[in-house]
Amino acid sequence: MTSLTMGAALTAGLHRAMAADERVIVMGEDIGRLGGVFRITDGLLDEFGPTRVIDTPLAESGIVGTAVGLAMRGFRPVVEIQFDGFVYPAFDQIVCQVAKLHYRTRGRVHMPLTIRIPWAGGVGAVEHHSESPEAYFVHTAGLRVVAVSNPQDAYTMLQQAIASDDPVVFFEPKRLYHTKGEVDLDGDVADAAPMGLARVEREGSDVTLIAYGAQVATALDAALAAEDDGISIEVIDLRSLSPVDYRTVAASVRKTGRVVVTHEAGGEAGVGAEVIASITEQCFHYLEAPPQRVTGHDIPYPPAKLEKHHLPDLDRILDAVDRVLDRPNSLTSAAGVER
Amino acid sequence: MYTLTTDEAMTALDDTARLLTPDGCRIADARLDPWVEDLDGAALRSLYRDMAIARRMDAEGVALQRQGHLGLWAPAQGQEAIAVGTARACRADDFLFPSYRELSIAILRGGVPADLVLAWRGEVHSTYDPFELRLASPQIIIGAQTLHAVGYAMGIQRDGGDQVAVTYFGDGASSQGDVNEAMVFASSFTAPVVFVCSNNQWAISEPVAVQSRFPIAGRAPGFGIPSMRVDGNDVLACTAAMRWALEHARRGGGPVFLEAVTYRMGPHTTSDDPTRYRDREELEAWRARDPLTRLEAFLRAAGDLDDETIAAIGREADGLAAQMREAVLTARTRPAIEVFDDVYCEPHTGLEHQRARFAAYLDSFAADAGSAR
Ligand SMILES: Cc1ncc(C[n+]2csc(CCOP(=O)(O)OP(=O)(O)O)c2C)c(N)n1
Repeated sequence: MTSLTMGAALTAGLHRAMAADERVIVMGEDIGRLGGVFRITDGLLDEFGPTRVIDTPLAESGIVGTAVGLAMRGFRPVVEIQFDGFVYPAFDQIVCQVAKLHYRTRGRVHMPLTIRIPWAGGVGAVEHHSESPEAYFVHTAGLRVVAVSNPQDAYTMLQQAIASDDPVVFFEPKRLYHTKGEVDLDGDVADAAPMGLARVEREGSDVTLIAYGAQVATALDAALAAEDDGISIEVIDLRSLSPVDYRTVAASVRKTGRVVVTHEAGGEAGVGAEVIASITEQCFHYLEAPPQRVTGHDIPYPPAKLEKHHLPDLDRILDAVDRVLDRPNSLTSAAGVER
Repeated sequence: MYTLTTDEAMTALDDTARLLTPDGCRIADARLDPWVEDLDGAALRSLYRDMAIARRMDAEGVALQRQGHLGLWAPAQGQEAIAVGTARACRADDFLFPSYRELSIAILRGGVPADLVLAWRGEVHSTYDPFELRLASPQIIIGAQTLHAVGYAMGIQRDGGDQVAVTYFGDGASSQGDVNEAMVFASSFTAPVVFVCSNNQWAISEPVAVQSRFPIAGRAPGFGIPSMRVDGNDVLACTAAMRWALEHARRGGGPVFLEAVTYRMGPHTTSDDPTRYRDREELEAWRARDPLTRLEAFLRAAGDLDDETIAAIGREADGLAAQMREAVLTARTRPAIEVFDDVYCEPHTGLEHQRARFAAYLDSFAADAGSAR
């Protein structure tokens, strides 16, 4: 085991995937000489050369669209979208082409494409640099969508994504790039849990708290804080947003009977809405209280100085935990607010 | 018919329209000269002043960021001649659509120093009223504003006005679909719009050759748009080229494309480390083409600028920089509940409900604090 930051773990994962398969190529804006604005591709140009590490023109639709053609030619492109907010110019290629080619060609064309996206907020960035667009992709059939929350998963899941013949939208919480954790660099990726599985991060018996990405750490903090009040929270890291591993989720909900889902993206038609809808379908009779969502507000991402009010923090999560446990909470104390 | 693609054209930096040599000597250009005939010593001095102020405020922005008062800053040192030359050539009722690196244009359009910094501090997304300054909010999504400018120009056509829409973007932006689509629309509809591409040689770490193997101005004719490649460090040439372009568009000639060849002297932003991708010699070579020293040399030789005037301009610039600093240091972050403001023009029940719940949540802390006392 080696202690690495998430950024370094991603670099190591890319490096290993490129060394293992010469058809893996990396492309994006500033990923060559600069090593990417977050330095995730640092050193790859020197090691693998400019035919496999491609500084592309500044055109996201062009990046993803040419990756489609490269994939058709048998390559396995890993594209970097510089920031979450810049994936939208490529949206058409991802949604209309990448996601649908396998289906349209009745399985003849594979899209082994990995689309890496430095993602979400909490880093004090300027406009368009803190977006959480995951629901758009989750809503699109044909894409796999994953979100990592720690260096080990970053290392392993990136290699799994690259190895997958399906296109994977790979979300990397930029807030965690500098967070360290233990990584097994030699472990066989084939032995690791498949990237479609959720993981119980912490066991508990009173409430199931579901999170993904950087929000997992916040959820764990909330669980720790709740312990002081004698509340036992089970924390689940979804890891995969499409598909969601409902076996793991449902098993937990059947045990606790109470659910809180948290994510940075706005709540309306978000991943939390989907997860709760599926839980009510599958475990309605086990539920002891209405499931609760703790999400970003349904507003454009606010300016940096206000972002802390947008991002669900420990207190907002605990407030929702109080709601599912029917303890005094912001809604019971508020006069005049419709529940 | 062109069959030309060549590295030479990319690197032949002196193959640009120019009126002042890098060391400040006036040279003739039959095409540009008529457009600046009226500029006397006083007018040129005021262009110098505008550039000096832009540079000083830019330096203040960098300093404020380094001191931790701003989240980020995108330095524009070296690119002052384009902003000043082109924006000064515009009429007050022309509408400008900038990227994020033309903030000094906000000052030229009548903005106040606070307008330059509060967004970079993360207090707001934009400060000024775009309709008051006739200047769109700074754009971060690369190239998006070029389409807005074309649409605005189509609006001018429909209203029968003689204003022009102007849009600014970089060499990197020229790769985006939006910019190419903007040229298609502008050309197809003969829209009164001027495209100003600041080719500062770098899109973050990528040299311009990654975006274009042909002079960027050379692309516009392919869309049916006349273009000019101008020395972007020569404020006189920028003024002349822009006056030509504006006049062409204003008189119904349709769009014009200017590629202003320049260099970004600083990092891409304060988060960037240019030593990873470019060498010192290149930087020094461009220092010798500095737009301010170039005009200064010319004006001094003509007896139109002296130490005293330069010192006075310096004091004025310091004053504006101080106002900018003051705006940052006195900035008050808005109350939390204001995150819900201005999402919609009309009431939206979903958001109102969310707002009320969040207000109750915020109040619950006050209630807790109250009961603890
Ligand atoms: C759609 C989009 N993609 C990527 C970025 C990230 N980004 C910001 S500035 C920049 C380089 C822009 O270069 P250029 O257009 O030449 O303008 P310059 O910064 O040199 O003024 C990049 C890649 C962005 N802001 N928007």
